[in-house]
Amino acid sequence: MGPLVPDIISGNLNFIAALLIGVLFGMVLEQAGFSSTRKLVGLFYGYDFTVLRVFFTAGVTAMLGVIALEHFGLLDLSLVYINPTFVWAAVAGGLIMGLGFVVGGFCPGTSFCAAAIGKTDAMVFIAGAFAGVLVFAEGYPLFESLYKAAPWGNPRIFETLGISQSMFAFLLVIVAMLAFWTVSIIENKVNGVKEKPVRFTPYYIALASAGILLAGSAFIFTGRKASLLKTVNAPGFAQDYKLETMTPDEFAYRLMNDRENKLQIMDFRPEEERKKMNLPGATAYTLDNLFEKAPSRALLFRGKINVFAAEDELTERKMAIIAEKMGFKRIKVLQGGLNEFREQILNFKPAKTASKFELENTYRFRKKAGREIRELIQKAKPSGPATRKLKRVLGGC
Amino acid sequence: MKETKYMNSYLAGFLLGLLLLATIFITGRGLGASGALKSLTVAAVEAAAPAHAGAATFYKDYAADHSGGPLKNWLVFEAIGVLLGAFISGLVSDRLGFKFEKGPSATTRMRVAGALTGGLLWGVGAQLGRGCTSGAALSGMAVMSTGGIMTMVFIFAGAYGFAYFVRKLWI
Repeated sequence: MGPLVPDIISGNLNFIAALLIGVLFGMVLEQAGFSSTRKLVGLFYGYDFTVLRVFFTAGVTAMLGVIALEHFGLLDLSLVYINPTFVWAAVAGGLIMGLGFVVGGFCPGTSFCAAAIGKTDAMVFIAGAFAGVLVFAEGYPLFESLYKAAPWGNPRIFETLGISQSMFAFLLVIVAMLAFWTVSIIENKVNGVKEKPVRFTPYYIALASAGILLAGSAFIFTGRKASLLKTVNAPGFAQDYKLETMTPDEFAYRLMNDRENKLQIMDFRPEEERKKMNLPGATAYTLDNLFEKAPSRALLFRGKINVFAAEDELTERKMAIIAEKMGFKRIKVLQGGLNEFREQILNFKPAKTASKFELENTYRFRKKAGREIRELIQKAKPSGPATRKLKRVLGGC
Repeated sequence: MKETKYMNSYLAGFLLGLLLLATIFITGRGLGASGALKSLTVAAVEAAAPAHAGAATFYKDYAADHSGGPLKNWLVFEAIGVLLGAFISGLVSDRLGFKFEKGPSATTRMRVAGALTGGLLWGVGAQLGRGCTSGAALSGMAVMSTGGIMTMVFIFAGAYGFAYFVRKLWI
C-alpha cells in the first residue's frame, strides 16, 4: 500500500528517487516545449496553447490515477501531502505569480529546464527568483499575517464545493476537453490557420474517446470509503449480512480467561463513551482507521480474533462488513453490542426462579463474570488508539 | 513557428501525469520546483550570515521543519534531476546552446528587466502561495486540494489579467 516512503523507501534511497523523478520531470517538460519562454507565454496571447494542453492533461491523468489507486486500496491518502488551504495567501500569491508569469516568461520549474539547455534569459529569471525568496524571507514579519490568514486546514476541493468526488473529477475532465477544443479554435484564428481545429481523423477520434473514457471512469472509481459506507447504510443490508458473531457470554469468558492473548477488541465507540467505561485491553478504533495504512495492520495479526465492539450491534455490523469487504479476516461482532453485554453480564439480574439446571449454571457464570469484569473495567486503562499515526510527508514548494 | 519538433502535447501531458502519479505513490508528495529555490536561499543565508539566520523567524521556522539542513532536501535533489533531465532531453533533440529568447518587438534590456522582475515576483508569490505551478497547481490538482486548485486559478487569472499590459514584451 502506498505511499512507499517512509516504510519501504527511506532515508537516502528517497533522495535517489527524488533525483530520478527529477530527471524524468525535466525530460518531459523539455520535450513538451517548456524550455522556450515564447511557447510558454503563447498561452496568454493566444498563439500557442501547449502549456494548457500539457498541464491540464497531466493534472487530469494524475488526479484520476490517484482516485483509482485509492479506490483499490493501494494508496493511503491520509499519508499523502494535501496542500493546505490559506485563502488569502493563495489569492495574493497566485496573482503575484500570475504577474510574474507574463512579466518573466517562465515559472520556476520551466526556468530550470530552459536554463539547463542554455537559455540565458532563464538564468536571469532564476537569479530574480532567488532574490524574490530572499525578499520574502527578510520581509517575513510583514507577510506573516497574510501568509497565515484564513486557514481552512487541508480540505479537498469536492468537499469545499459540496459535491461528490466522482462528480468533480467528471466535470474537470469535461471542462478540460472543452478547453482543448476552444483553445484550438483561438489558436488557429490568431495564427491565421484556415484548417478546422478539430476534424474527423483517427487522431481526434482517439483523443475524444480517451477523454470520454477518462471522464466516465470518475464514476467507476468512487471514493472507497464513501461507496462502502453507502453500501452498508442501505436499509436492511447490514442486518441481513452474514457475519460471525460472539455471544456476550463468550465475550465475557474470553475477557476473563484470555491467557493466549487471542482476543483483540476494536472499540468503535466515541471517546466520551469510552471514557465512561473502559473495555479491558481494547483498542480505540474508528472507521477511518480501517482505511489507514498503519492502524489497519492491527487487523492482520495472526491468530487473533478481532471483535468489533460498539454500543449497538448495527454499528458493529456495518464496520465489520466494511472490514470484510476490504479483505480483513477473522472478524466477529459482539452480539447485541455493548448494550446487550451490559444487560446480560455487567448488570445481570437473574429471574426469580431458575427453572432448569443449565440455566442455573448460566446464571452463576454471569453473576461471577459481571463481578469480575466490573473489576477489570475499574482497573483498565483507557484504550489507546490503534497505532500512532504516521506523519504526512512534508511537501509542497 | 516550429523550429524543433516537440512532443505531442497530449502525450507529454499524459506522461507527466503518470510521472506525477508515480511520485505520489512512491513518496506521498507531488512534484515541486520553487521549494528548491527556498532551500538554496536559506542555505546561502545560513552560510553568509549565520547570526541573522539564527534570529529571523523565517529561517528559524525553516530550520525547525527541516532537520537535515536546508540542502539535504527532497526538492533540492529533484531540482538537480530536473536540470539533468532537461539537459539530456536538449542533447537528444539537439536544442543545446546559449540563446537569449525574447519577444519579436522587445529589446534585450526590456527582456532582462522582465526576467529579473518576473523571477522576483515568482520568488515572493510562490512562498506566499505555498508552491508554484508544480507544487501547488499541478500537484494540488492531482490530490484535489482546495488550496492548490485555488492557487492555480489565481495564477492563471493573474497572468491573463496582466497579460495585456506587458504585451510589448511578447508580441
